[in-house]
Amino acid sequence: MSLHTIVLVKQVPDTSNISGDVMRPDGTVNRARLPAIFNPEDQEALELALRLKDLHGGTVTALTMGPPNAANMLRECLYMGADRAILVSDRRFAAADTLATSYALSKAIEHIGEYDLIFGGRQAIDGDTAQVGPQTAEKLNIPQIAYTLEVQNLDLSKRTIRAKRAIKNGYEILEAPLPVLLTVTKDAAEPRPFDVKRLCVYKRAQSKFEIEATVDDSHDLVWMDELMEKVKAEDLLIETWNIEDIDADVAMCGLAGSPTKVHKVENVVLSGSEFKKVPATPEGLNDMITELMQDHIFG
Amino acid sequence: MSNFFTENQDIQFQFNRIDLEEIIRIREDDYNEAKEFAYAPRDYEDAKDNFKRILEVVGDIAGNFVAERAREVDELGSTFEDGEVTYAKGLQEAMVRLNQAGLMGFILERKYGGLNLPISLYIFAIEMVSRGDASLMNLFGLQDISETIENFGSDEIKDEFLPQFSSGKVTGAMVLTEPDAGSDLQAVKTRAYQDEYGNWFLSGVKRFITNGNADVNLVLARSEDGTKDGRGLSLFVCYGNDTVQIRRIEHKLGIKGSPTCEMQFHDTPAKLIGSRKRGLISYVMSLMNGARLGVAAQALGIAQAAYVEARRYAQEREQFGKPILNFPAVADMLIKMKVDLESSRTLIYATARAVDMHKVSEMEMARLKAAGESITDIRGQIKHWKAMADFLTPLSKFVISEKANRICYDAIQIHGGTGYMQEFNVERHFRDVRITNIYEGTSQLQVIAAIGGVIKGVADSQFDTFEATEYRHEARQLANKLKKVRSLLDKCKAYVLEKEDKAYQELHSAELVEMYGSIYVGYIILEEAAEDSRKMLIAKKYIMDALATALHHTESITKGFDTLFADVEQILTRE
Repeated sequence: MSLHTIVLVKQVPDTSNISGDVMRPDGTVNRARLPAIFNPEDQEALELALRLKDLHGGTVTALTMGPPNAANMLRECLYMGADRAILVSDRRFAAADTLATSYALSKAIEHIGEYDLIFGGRQAIDGDTAQVGPQTAEKLNIPQIAYTLEVQNLDLSKRTIRAKRAIKNGYEILEAPLPVLLTVTKDAAEPRPFDVKRLCVYKRAQSKFEIEATVDDSHDLVWMDELMEKVKAEDLLIETWNIEDIDADVAMCGLAGSPTKVHKVENVVLSGSEFKKVPATPEGLNDMITELMQDHIFG
Repeated sequence: MSNFFTENQDIQFQFNRIDLEEIIRIREDDYNEAKEFAYAPRDYEDAKDNFKRILEVVGDIAGNFVAERAREVDELGSTFEDGEVTYAKGLQEAMVRLNQAGLMGFILERKYGGLNLPISLYIFAIEMVSRGDASLMNLFGLQDISETIENFGSDEIKDEFLPQFSSGKVTGAMVLTEPDAGSDLQAVKTRAYQDEYGNWFLSGVKRFITNGNADVNLVLARSEDGTKDGRGLSLFVCYGNDTVQIRRIEHKLGIKGSPTCEMQFHDTPAKLIGSRKRGLISYVMSLMNGARLGVAAQALGIAQAAYVEARRYAQEREQFGKPILNFPAVADMLIKMKVDLESSRTLIYATARAVDMHKVSEMEMARLKAAGESITDIRGQIKHWKAMADFLTPLSKFVISEKANRICYDAIQIHGGTGYMQEFNVERHFRDVRITNIYEGTSQLQVIAAIGGVIKGVADSQFDTFEATEYRHEARQLANKLKKVRSLLDKCKAYVLEKEDKAYQELHSAELVEMYGSIYVGYIILEEAAEDSRKMLIAKKYIMDALATALHHTESITKGFDTLFADVEQILTRE
């Protein structure tokens, strides 16, 4: 039995490189000003998946939901060793919260069909929610191991995986039956470099959008289909799926499917100010607790 | 975090400038390789795009992975216990990384799993890897070993060994030196003998073998009983199995990550590479030339690392109320370093290109022969490029390794007392660079290898072309200075040749080689300056220094100054 792994990946703005004009006066982020990068923990997830493939064989599929330019990141997945790359992209997915995102991803995974393992980063550096992985597992009705630090054993005959996951002040070791979804924390597996041979091959990999962009009015529709077939025959197609392709309900996607509403974005500046000395007496502590409750810090 | 390819302005300049079109067309069999291999380029533009991407990966690994581990690798070094050699952890990790990126078959053909890249590209890679960690170069840069097997081995040997090299499964060692055969390899005693079935075996002791603990050894041994010179030596390949004993490793001044082994062969089964008796004369000479260029690139990488440290320190360190960079003496050292680095790159890429041109000319001749076409023209080309490669390779090794030593020396000087301490990287660079003008042939031997080219005037016709070129403004003045250097050189050469004194010629060979080389490099930098005005500053300093040096050399050579060689005994009798 060969191992089929899906890795959930996301292209994110490089929040580690924020310079002056990235933040708008209203506190929102001007994404166009930030370089788009491969979410670091998703890279580690891909690395873990590739290591299991090195050991057990099988295939690794990189799956993302994102804008057309997320194809750049998918190519990087191919350079590292992914066998297949899928871009789920449709304007109607825009402004999705974690609920709508995990819905779309779960539909895409169902569309892929067969799988044994799903990996994803713990969280993306733009939203930091850490919700998409767990929610996707729930929707697929499979077990999950979040905050994975290490895969200790994968037994394909028994169809179980044992992994070490971070918990507060320590770790625990869990065993789960396949299929299972794992989210991966930072430093779980340093991502490998690009394989230069794969780089020379998959630099030509194209999504449907990219192929479309090379076609103009002088070409007919059949020509486009033929082009797609040609790219596919060369094994260079980044599969590109829209809402209909994954059989998703429009009402549950994008903004329409997102109950989360952003009320306000505040630019919080953390800084030290004056301090107050609390006497180490029962009275002093009582006064401090009362004050914190009044400020709604406790309560 | 730094990418040693994308963030190095001069490497970018050289990469964009280098013309490999003809070389790649032939190596790619008119781009027919692309029909068989998906990772082969479809045309030259595609190839250059691949090269850029590949070197970006190398630059990233060297700058962001290797360099971060270099200090620890130096501190731990390679260790030896119970007959086993262990690499420092950081070095092992770096090797894994280079393997993962698929970089260990850099110059091998695709049918053996290689990348089929030209030497010119390999030199960029070696420079960057060496800048990250000089000792890693001795593993990464040993790909000349597999190249030698590719060039001279039988198909059977190639099929057996080469895929193992390119997949990174094995590392290699070049096993030449013995206790009594260092610079003089003709004295090699390790014995190669055959059993009744014709199988070869090796027995003997080798010393100072870089990476002698390798999985695959390329061994120079005496196959012809009763012979005493190089004509009795053949080249063999063998596995580093139980019959190969590592007796000890050396404790060295630098490149501590790279193990230097003493080895003993106990009836080790081996296979003959190519023909008997050609071991030293044909194959090792070819192997050494490749390795020499690699060492020149290693020196360049170390020097670049030292320069970057020194420049940063000079900007940050304040004394007497200002950064020390603002003191002329310090600035002058840095400028000299920068000019030496850039002129070294000019030289090394011209050399690498000549080596590549020589190789593809031979490939082209083989193709023409097979097609039954005329080989008259290509014969001439082969002769030309061989002469250039044979001259430029030792010139590069000599000039660049000496300059690199000087750069690392000055980098410590700029740091002052702190540079002498182990906390600063320049101390390591200074130790690491010291071997580069010694191994793979000392500078003195490089001069002997290069002087023939000067006497024959291998680049004279190129100089004539340069002299006939119309230069403008500043370039014209500089070109005139190079003309002056050439006339001084001619004068010196004539003086030395007329003297008919072999010892005197040997004494002054280094100066003649240096002058000739400076004319060659000077003209190429002038070409570069026509493309990028920044290079005019480099050209100015380089050429003015070259003229000053030439005047100095002329004075010493033509006044018959023999460094008191005649009186050697009288001078050196007492301590």
